[in-house]
Amino acid sequence: MSILVNRDTRVICQGITGKVGEFHTRGCLEYGTRMVGGVTPGKGGESVAELPVFDTVLEAVTATGANATMIFVPPAFAADAILEAVNAGIELVVAITEGIPVLDMARVMPVVHASKSRLIGPNCPGIITPAECKIGIMPGYIHAPGHVGVMSRSGTLTYEAVWQLTQLGHGQSTCVGLGGDPLVGTSFVDLLQMFEEDPETHAILMMGEIGGSAEEEAAAFVKDHVTKPVAAFIAGRTAPPGKRMGHAGAIISGGKGTAEAKLDALRSAGIEIAESPADMAIALAKALGKRRK
Amino acid sequence: MNATIQQEPVDAVGELNRRLYPPARQLALSAWKWLRFVPIVSARRETKPRVSARKRLPMKIHEYQAKDLLRAAGVPVLAGRVVQTPQEAVAAYKELGTSVCAIKAQIHAGGRGKGTIKGSSQHGVELAKNADDAARIATGLLGNTLVTIQTGPEGQVVRKVFVESGCAIDRELYCAVLVDRRVGSPVLIASTAGGVDIEQVAEKTPELIVSEPFDPDRGLASFQTRVLASKLLLPASTWRNADAFFRKLCHAFVSLDASLLEINPLVLTKEGEFIALDAKMTFDDSALFRHKNIASLRDEAEEEPAETLASAAGLSYVKLSGNIGCLVNGAGLAMSTMDLVKYHGGEPANFLDVGGGANVEQVTEAFKIILSDKHVKAILVNIFGGIMRCTTIATAVVEASRSIGFTVPLVVRLEGTEVEEGKKILANSGTSIITADGLTDAAKKVVAAAKAVV
Repeated sequence: MSILVNRDTRVICQGITGKVGEFHTRGCLEYGTRMVGGVTPGKGGESVAELPVFDTVLEAVTATGANATMIFVPPAFAADAILEAVNAGIELVVAITEGIPVLDMARVMPVVHASKSRLIGPNCPGIITPAECKIGIMPGYIHAPGHVGVMSRSGTLTYEAVWQLTQLGHGQSTCVGLGGDPLVGTSFVDLLQMFEEDPETHAILMMGEIGGSAEEEAAAFVKDHVTKPVAAFIAGRTAPPGKRMGHAGAIISGGKGTAEAKLDALRSAGIEIAESPADMAIALAKALGKRRK
Repeated sequence: MNATIQQEPVDAVGELNRRLYPPARQLALSAWKWLRFVPIVSARRETKPRVSARKRLPMKIHEYQAKDLLRAAGVPVLAGRVVQTPQEAVAAYKELGTSVCAIKAQIHAGGRGKGTIKGSSQHGVELAKNADDAARIATGLLGNTLVTIQTGPEGQVVRKVFVESGCAIDRELYCAVLVDRRVGSPVLIASTAGGVDIEQVAEKTPELIVSEPFDPDRGLASFQTRVLASKLLLPASTWRNADAFFRKLCHAFVSLDASLLEINPLVLTKEGEFIALDAKMTFDDSALFRHKNIASLRDEAEEEPAETLASAAGLSYVKLSGNIGCLVNGAGLAMSTMDLVKYHGGEPANFLDVGGGANVEQVTEAFKIILSDKHVKAILVNIFGGIMRCTTIATAVVEASRSIGFTVPLVVRLEGTEVEEGKKILANSGTSIITADGLTDAAKKVVAAAKAVV
């Protein structure tokens, strides 16, 4: 078991004929993901990596029974690609594309929320259930199957954490990159709930960063609803204040958003904190050693 | 919509009035209303650094440019001229024809009103009551360095000033439009506490801040502007104007793909008009491709030169005050590397993300940018090779270090794809590169190296 993706997940790639889309489609295939096709408008009938290419997502879904998509469409058209996937009824939409205008995502969000689709990203490394299914750009070999759920707002920091876990002998149930943009489809809270309900996930490691209030919300959720051990690292503790103009964001979050506020919230929820990024897996091991409740 | 809005009890208006306008302040206000045609721009402070996972930082523009954009979008602003010499300032003063004009330094930082020019007591925003005033103030600003709470002690050189006509102010308000991550949509926020440090208001009296989310395509609805107007205690006679102002402001935010549009203060004039007296705008860099006119407003003279260079090279760089240069792939790992350096007693000199697919040219450029900061005593390269092979980055590091020929110690930590081969390349390069095993080892080595240099 795992969350969101497993060996039965049938995946298409939107933007499969692009250089990056093709490269990572091949990477996913090599990892063992059930890639079943791709979509590029105007290139229907072609094939990439021996997979059929379709003009529309709907055609791809009808022909292949795909239930997940990996989006590598260029930023200007990516929001539309997400809408197309949602409209075609795809259950899991993983948007890798970086640099989608924020207001485009603000237009997409209500549609995603009103649908049955789950959006991961954009601007994320993707999602992987080790040894079963990789949808995204992460290097597969650093992962090992196991029981730690991993979630993060950044890419290479996730690789770092996963690598530390694997080295320490802690395999992963599923690893999810939420994405670094201001508006993303899936939050820590969404994943905490899924990991809590997943019997194969025994502990959770999360990597947050300064800005916004996603980590505080996660801490509040852990306090009330999560029984499994949780460890966390927050990036940006040393990022100095006072350099940029415009601070209206701080009003929205009501003083939240600093690393210290996030760490306080996480600690008060009984979450084990990694003080150094070198100790993320060690913090998880410590959390496993203690019972939270 | 969020926790900052609370339904006020029945006597809310009275209570709000008392809190906002205690008797002493009310007296002072009534005097100020007449004397103070153009309020001083308040000092504001940025507490949240913008080192996020975004590739680049939001693009900033000057106040006068923001006002041009707002004027074109139908948002009321005062007449003004941007000038670069005292003579032009005098001409602008005469041309505008109001008895009082504000002369405002144009720099990419807030806090101008309370900020002062280095070596004098002149503020970044002052009022001119005659042509001589205009000449004197402009002379004092132009070519000199303005230090505000946002510029840091080094300050910023004033290259342009904005001469703006005056108006009779009745009330000052605060308003801003931005995208709220939690709500997932743009929001208009406003407060009766205009012209002051809005962050402190948010922290201490969040109930004084009201906010309304809106759909980017439908825009702000009229009923929402009435909700705002009533919470802001605006007289009903002004609601129609308030409706027009707020809706046009929100429309401008969306149509320009802004990431922040802040009006502080927004003034209500004696005539019942709403005017954006100050305007601060930043833009979503990701959307600039569809706004060529806005992209052309970029004033590179106002930006940290190294940050401009980095942006051009597709790198994300933020200069900091320490002495250990950092070169990392990925924003989260780059921030974590700064944390790591600090955790082991060092001070990071920068945040630098080379991105996922850095090549020799980018790594070379990254080194040049890091070394343009003369405080850098040692450099830490921290790469987690995922898609990017460690051999690629190792080769790039060796070639870059040879072509630049720098003398500061270089500590390299590689992990991930083809790591052993990458380490061999470094070891056999004949350069003095220090290799590290793991994050902690790397941090300890670079901190020691920086201390040894002094």
